[in-house]
Amino acid sequence: MTALALPTGEVDTSHGPILYLEGVSVSFDGFKALNNLSLYIDEGELRCLIGPNGAGKTTLMDVITGKTRPDNGSVFFGQTIDLLKLDEPAIAAAGIGRKFQKPSVFEKLSVFENLELALATNKGVWPTLFAKLTSIQRERIDEVLLTIGLIESRWQQAGDLSHGQKQWLEIGMLLMQEPKVMLIDEPVAGMTHQEIERTAQLLLSLQGERSVIVVEHDMEFVRSIAKRVTVLHEGSVLTEGTMDEVQNDPRVIQVYLGD
Amino acid sequence: MFKQFYEHDKAAFWLLTLIGGIVFLIPTANIIFPEESPFHVSAYSISIIGKYLTFALLGLSLDLVWGYCGILALGQGAFFALGGYAIGMYLMRQIGTRGVYGNADLPDFMVFLNWQELPWYWYGFNHFWFALLMIVLVPGLLAYVFGWLAFRSRVTGVYLSIITQALTYALLLAFFRNEMGFGGNNGLTDFKELLGFNIQSSAVRACLLIASGLALMLAFVVSKWVINSKLGRVITAIRDQEARVRFIGYRVELFKLWIFVFAAVLAGIAGALYVPQVGIINPSEFSPLNSLEIVIWVAIGGRGTLYGGIIGAVLVN
Ligand SMILES: Nc1ncnc2c1ncn2[C@@H]1O[C@H](COP(=O)(O)OP(=O)(O)O)[C@@H](O)[C@H]1O
Ligand SMILES: [Mg+2]
Repeated sequence: MTALALPTGEVDTSHGPILYLEGVSVSFDGFKALNNLSLYIDEGELRCLIGPNGAGKTTLMDVITGKTRPDNGSVFFGQTIDLLKLDEPAIAAAGIGRKFQKPSVFEKLSVFENLELALATNKGVWPTLFAKLTSIQRERIDEVLLTIGLIESRWQQAGDLSHGQKQWLEIGMLLMQEPKVMLIDEPVAGMTHQEIERTAQLLLSLQGERSVIVVEHDMEFVRSIAKRVTVLHEGSVLTEGTMDEVQNDPRVIQVYLGD
Repeated sequence: MFKQFYEHDKAAFWLLTLIGGIVFLIPTANIIFPEESPFHVSAYSISIIGKYLTFALLGLSLDLVWGYCGILALGQGAFFALGGYAIGMYLMRQIGTRGVYGNADLPDFMVFLNWQELPWYWYGFNHFWFALLMIVLVPGLLAYVFGWLAFRSRVTGVYLSIITQALTYALLLAFFRNEMGFGGNNGLTDFKELLGFNIQSSAVRACLLIASGLALMLAFVVSKWVINSKLGRVITAIRDQEARVRFIGYRVELFKLWIFVFAAVLAGIAGALYVPQVGIINPSEFSPLNSLEIVIWVAIGGRGTLYGGIIGAVLVN
């Protein structure tokens, strides 16, 4: 649990995928939230994950980020980094960032301070005590504030933001971390139509330089961003393909109608 | 500079001015007004006020861990008592041959127990510098070991509160035992001199009050700086969303440990300033109730404000 050594150097993606999940199972009191699940995410790809409530999407993110330990299976970041040997901060430092389903920004801190804490830098205790923002880092924060449309609210307490703005701030915090893989759980819940469109644009602009996994219920939104879609059902992958393929798959139709 | 500071943080400015005023005026009033004057402050009152200043420092220390980091530590009194014992041991060694048994090598209670030689852990306490080191080191080290075990295993909330109570209770029982070599039930008392000066004299009492006031001011300023640093914001974030802080890459347990140890050191210093002013340290200072009382001070004065612990400590007392 307390692997203190942070993985250093580059993530080895020489074989294509940046994230490997193989035969992963998680059970809660006998109930299988994930059941022998395998999933591969390529470097730079934008993958959408859909599936009915309780399919195990959030649990999957919990496993990748070290919050939940699987009973079985392996989870690798690139060819060499075994994520099951690392704890949450080490996984974050290795380059995997996460936006939670329920917005969990630091409500007592300002928008600016939320981004400052997320900023990719040395996060040891003493360096943090003596940390001073460089002008480059300030510019980086301003840039992200602009991207997430919160430049006017930079000194506002994060707790005072609207639900949609909190979602954006979460995404902004994710950007500040400059991760190689972004896990984004239900980004558009509670957003207005316009906000949803802007979120779609933002996520589309990210693919290529980083891998993004998006979990979302809003089918219209998924359709607007997805190249590849993975459908989860009862803790396993039901099918994978383009949005059209997936939507016309009779098993998928049955799962959604039966839901 | 003063103006800038005043405008930046009025509450802190007034608090520091108030403490500074006490530090300057009380000893002055003791010296310049004759005893029959209504403005005269007796040596006894000096010690009482000095004592409150040490409580204020103790309150401040708990506000750091509880108010800012959300760790409801119910054993802050233990670090205070350990700091007190450290200075108490020095003061015992200063008694020399003036004890009841006139034994230069052993404190009275050890002679009474028929001990032949000084236990090893009393070595060095005849030096003031060594005592100063221990005042910081002993509470700091205990907090480090205890905190490392607790925070690494992610003990939080009410469980952490309970084990901190258990810690101070265990120390209470241990220090009660005569065989431990800390004076048992009676503790350490009958002090004569501090750095060669009569500990009962007005001058020494005034110096202790000044030292307590300055320690409080310094601790306040340093704490303020810590809280305003990025580390301060991480600590606050841990209080509000502990899990989230881990996912952005901070080792929560190390941050908790840092603030816990820092606060324990402040509490130890408070204890060391307290003991010479009240003239005694005994195991009752480890009483779990004492630690609960500190929480009440902070709750009354206002959590997460820094001055809350200070004001609460003075108000309640
Ligand atoms: N910590 C937990 N304890 C018990 N059951 C859980 C826990 N987390 C998730 N589950 C269960 O696992 C299943 C999958 O949950 P989740 O991954 O949140 O689904 P999704 O995000 O796809 O809606 C659900 O039935 C949920 O009740
Ligand atoms: Mg979910």
